[in-house]
Amino acid sequence: MNWKRASIAAATAAPVIGLLAWGLTRDPNSIPSPLPGREAPTFALQVFAPGQGDLARPAGDTVRLADLRGKVVVLNFWASWCLACRDEHSALSDVALSYAGKPVQFLGVLYNDVPDKGTAWIAEMGGQSYPSVDDPGARVAIDYGLYGVPETFFLDASGRVAYKHTGPVTQGVVRFKVDSLLAAAPQGTRQAAPAAPAAETGANSKTGKGQ
Amino acid sequence: MTQARMRSRALIGLATALKLASGVAVGAASVLMLTSGELRAQAPDLPAAPQGAPQDSGALRVKVQGTLTDAQKNDPVLDAATSAVAATLRCPVCQGVAIQDSPSELAQQMRMVVKEQLAAGKTADEVKAYFVSKYGEWILLEPQAHGFNIVIYALPVLLVLGGAVFLVFIVRKWTAVTPTTAGPAAVGDDD
Repeated sequence: MNWKRASIAAATAAPVIGLLAWGLTRDPNSIPSPLPGREAPTFALQVFAPGQGDLARPAGDTVRLADLRGKVVVLNFWASWCLACRDEHSALSDVALSYAGKPVQFLGVLYNDVPDKGTAWIAEMGGQSYPSVDDPGARVAIDYGLYGVPETFFLDASGRVAYKHTGPVTQGVVRFKVDSLLAAAPQGTRQAAPAAPAAETGANSKTGKGQ
Repeated sequence: MTQARMRSRALIGLATALKLASGVAVGAASVLMLTSGELRAQAPDLPAAPQGAPQDSGALRVKVQGTLTDAQKNDPVLDAATSAVAATLRCPVCQGVAIQDSPSELAQQMRMVVKEQLAAGKTADEVKAYFVSKYGEWILLEPQAHGFNIVIYALPVLLVLGGAVFLVFIVRKWTAVTPTTAGPAAVGDDD
């Protein structure tokens, strides 16, 4: 065997094989968002579904992100035509209730849909504890770099995007992320928030990647 | 073997090697495009992602509320500028299609955003930068030539140059060796 030629062939092929192998480890459907870590895009949207009890806001009320400073905001983009939104609906509605009285604002944002259909969908699903707002022309959705629904953004008390979750959320995911953001919030805004390990909070805010 | 045969053999070798080099260059560029998260090319026949917007459903058609004046809505110059920018932006809910070419609801809305921003006085680069800040560089159909992306532009050229150097080396080796080894055979050659 000509060892010199074999070495050259191996040295030439190795980077190409390495590149192909690296490509196999990547998910072609996973698209990283540049938003986590940045200031959340502002919005002022009208409530069309008021929510229930303590979490309710009157229909027609305008929700401004600037007014929510100091609160952890869970922004869930959804639509009545979205099947995956059905999977997460009760989890989000229930977990939102459990944070009543704490500095957390859950907000549904209707994406590429009409409020009447959204309202009918909420009734069909048995109600929604937190309010939903309409986003005409998907302007806010585009501002948040939305690909589809459901997508959920977790904003920290200082108004930054901390996490983006693509696909249906579970109660566990929402609780973990909201608790970690409450724990990391300034003392003035943290009211009886469950403690979350500081190391976990830091690691996740750096990840900033939907699951 | 005669000089003519040697030359034709060298030329055939050269053509084959050039073909191989260009194939490798194109292949390597494709691999880079496929494996880079920001530069992923999407095959048109792949199934759509699990999430997505409604594809132009009449029942769900949403009225877009824009900020354009009537004059701006019908301005052919603004339309042309919008099309030029929209042709460079990837439709997020499609597979490798520009928002200019997609009938999806989100693409229509993104085109409207492009038009509104251009009408408000933003330059084409500023509008593209807005979408990059929201979706990442993935949103650009043509990757920008900076950072790691330079590899995509430089690698094919480097491979072709490397192939040319390799060919020169090989052809010189062939032409240098042939006269001594082919000497006795050339005696009985009729050419």
